[in-house]
Amino acid sequence: MNEKILMNLRIIDPSQKMDEIGNIVIDKNGKIKSIGKKTDSSKTAEKIDLKGLIAIPGLVDMKAFVGEPGFEYKENFRTLSQAALAGGVTSIVTMPNTKPIIDNVSMVDFIIRRGRDKAKVNLFPCASITRQKEGNQMTEFGLLKARGIIGFSDVNKTIQNTELMSRIMNYASDIDVLIMQHAEDYELARNSCINQSEVATRLGLQGVSDIAEKIIIERDLSLLSEYPCRYHINQISSKNSLDVIKKNKSNGIKFSTGVSINNLSLNQNDIGEFRTFLKLSPPLRSEEDRLSLIEGIKNDLIDVIVSDHIPEDEESKRLPFAQAATGSIGIETLLSLSLELYHNESLPLDKIIKCLTINPAKILKINKGTLKEGSDADICIFDLEKPWVVKAEELKSKSKNTAIENRKLQGKVKMTFLNGDLAYSN
Amino acid sequence: MATAKKVSAIKNTPKHLLGIQNLSVLEAKEILTEAKSFIKLNRGSSKKLDILRGKTQINLFFEPSTRTQSSFDLAGKRLGADVMTMNMSNSALKKGETLIDTAMTLNAMHPDIIVIRHQDSGAPNLLSQKVNCTVINAGDGRREHPTQALLDALTIINRKDNIEGLKIAICGDILHSRVARSNIYLMNMLGAEVNVIAPKTLMPTGIDNLGVKSFTDMKKGLDGCDIVMMLRLQNERMQGSFLPSKREYYEFFGLTPEKLKFAKKDALLMHPGPMNRGVEIDTKLADDINVSLVKEQVELGVAVRMACLKLYCK
Repeated sequence: MNEKILMNLRIIDPSQKMDEIGNIVIDKNGKIKSIGKKTDSSKTAEKIDLKGLIAIPGLVDMKAFVGEPGFEYKENFRTLSQAALAGGVTSIVTMPNTKPIIDNVSMVDFIIRRGRDKAKVNLFPCASITRQKEGNQMTEFGLLKARGIIGFSDVNKTIQNTELMSRIMNYASDIDVLIMQHAEDYELARNSCINQSEVATRLGLQGVSDIAEKIIIERDLSLLSEYPCRYHINQISSKNSLDVIKKNKSNGIKFSTGVSINNLSLNQNDIGEFRTFLKLSPPLRSEEDRLSLIEGIKNDLIDVIVSDHIPEDEESKRLPFAQAATGSIGIETLLSLSLELYHNESLPLDKIIKCLTINPAKILKINKGTLKEGSDADICIFDLEKPWVVKAEELKSKSKNTAIENRKLQGKVKMTFLNGDLAYSN
Repeated sequence: MATAKKVSAIKNTPKHLLGIQNLSVLEAKEILTEAKSFIKLNRGSSKKLDILRGKTQINLFFEPSTRTQSSFDLAGKRLGADVMTMNMSNSALKKGETLIDTAMTLNAMHPDIIVIRHQDSGAPNLLSQKVNCTVINAGDGRREHPTQALLDALTIINRKDNIEGLKIAICGDILHSRVARSNIYLMNMLGAEVNVIAPKTLMPTGIDNLGVKSFTDMKKGLDGCDIVMMLRLQNERMQGSFLPSKREYYEFFGLTPEKLKFAKKDALLMHPGPMNRGVEIDTKLADDINVSLVKEQVELGVAVRMACLKLYCK
């Protein structure tokens, strides 16, 4: 590979507090050689003029579902990486709710090998916290970590048993593994498919109150003060949860929090008359909740924005709302939809990018999400102003269940570099 | 050779009756006026018309029902339609067929109307997107039961001439009740004042925003009411404990002659049926012909459904 110089870009890299016009030099090994105003390159370097565009570190998406193994008809490694790269995402934390579930060492070997062969992005697989995600018996944290598991999550399930949760945290604290909790109390959430609200009353659907989320967060943070481990709340959805997080952070409890771009950009009214593509977990809540989540990002109470990419085939969505599958795709639109929050003046640009790059990388303890000299040249280059309309058919995921069909967005990925190679351009 | 196009050959996009929420005041009044004209017919000796002759009506009932199903059945037949009733609670759905598949299958048989009852809210909406005939909602989950509200309105009009200005109380299991929701929309639309009365665990979130006043005390809620609508305690929809016991429920929320006195002197009692006697209503009161409109509701139900079938099946 030749040396490359990406020239005349606006470079935004929150990991080094950089926002300046400059060049990025990628060396022969696909690493960042120099960045910013100074340009340290050889004479033979290939020059690419990208004036007017913005370069940021390749995005790190902390929550996405690959269909492999077991659900290849929804998504596979190839289609997921195509969608990711088109969205500027170069590192993906994959969820273990495959079939079979990733809860043992042999599955990890399979997924890493398969991912290496088929995927063109950096994959960081999660294993489940408990065997079969059943919430009874913890998985082999130590062995799984040694084989390359980045963190542990029961995905859409919550550890309900308080004793078990305390032991998980206690055990995890000793071997430095990341526990990612989906916060929802089962009893309170039983049969629910939407936020408990006037909308639920009108649609005649079983709602779930945000207390179901808050109560688990409160419980876990209480446990965490006894058993300090690396603890991450996958996605929060409400103002109430945020209040708990604020209180605990100011008490010095250390943990991290994520939010789905859906909960930042949509609210329960968008469900309209039973739009099943907007059936999500945690559910879309009120406009007040949405605005408070944006405040949460502003105040550093929320660290990460995720796509919560859940591909579902049409058949599992073409059902009455209560029966329909939960989740929407979103990895390809993650950046563009996040940029909407910049264009509508909800959030500053560097804050958005921070939540999509260095923050998740730090939580995961991986050397990604940065353009510092010497790091892998995973770079997302986008046009901040370019308007476009989301069309499900044009998205690269195998499943087309986007929650934002026909949404007019501003800002689109132009190129994605992975280890210095141009992996996507349009 | 050019032939003149007949206007009648142009197929109108089918119109559906999915809920009172989608209805305008004019449409609701039109249905009620039309229904009035059928009351007399139904009481006469010759009840058959040929308004829907040649039309096919399919009653698709995914949930067990006696009165609604037989009412739609009879309504269609009296208008001259070919009526087929399919009881789906033990049918293809159990073999894994989805609602959409069932709908497509039936659609291929060219029905003119599908009347659907389904345990899931929104099922008729989904169906209406997939078939090219008229869809009438005969009750979906806890969302809407439009023809029940319309027949309730007709029953009230029949007795009180007008709904505007009346005060109507809806009492009981509001949370699980599609009848309550449809009635709240319709009675509001027709100019009544609506109170809902329920224990807090059976009161849905944000109900006040639907244009009602909510009460947990029968005495306060019934005060000054012209109509008292009792709802059935829907045990089959209840998961977990909502109430301490039926006995306690009856004590505080069951309608007894004593509690009825909180309402106006000439207040009338309604119930969509089937009744849990001794749970939400005193058994003698339920049968008291001076107060109870229950039988009239069933009777006028046929007239309302005839009107809906006639107006929606064009």
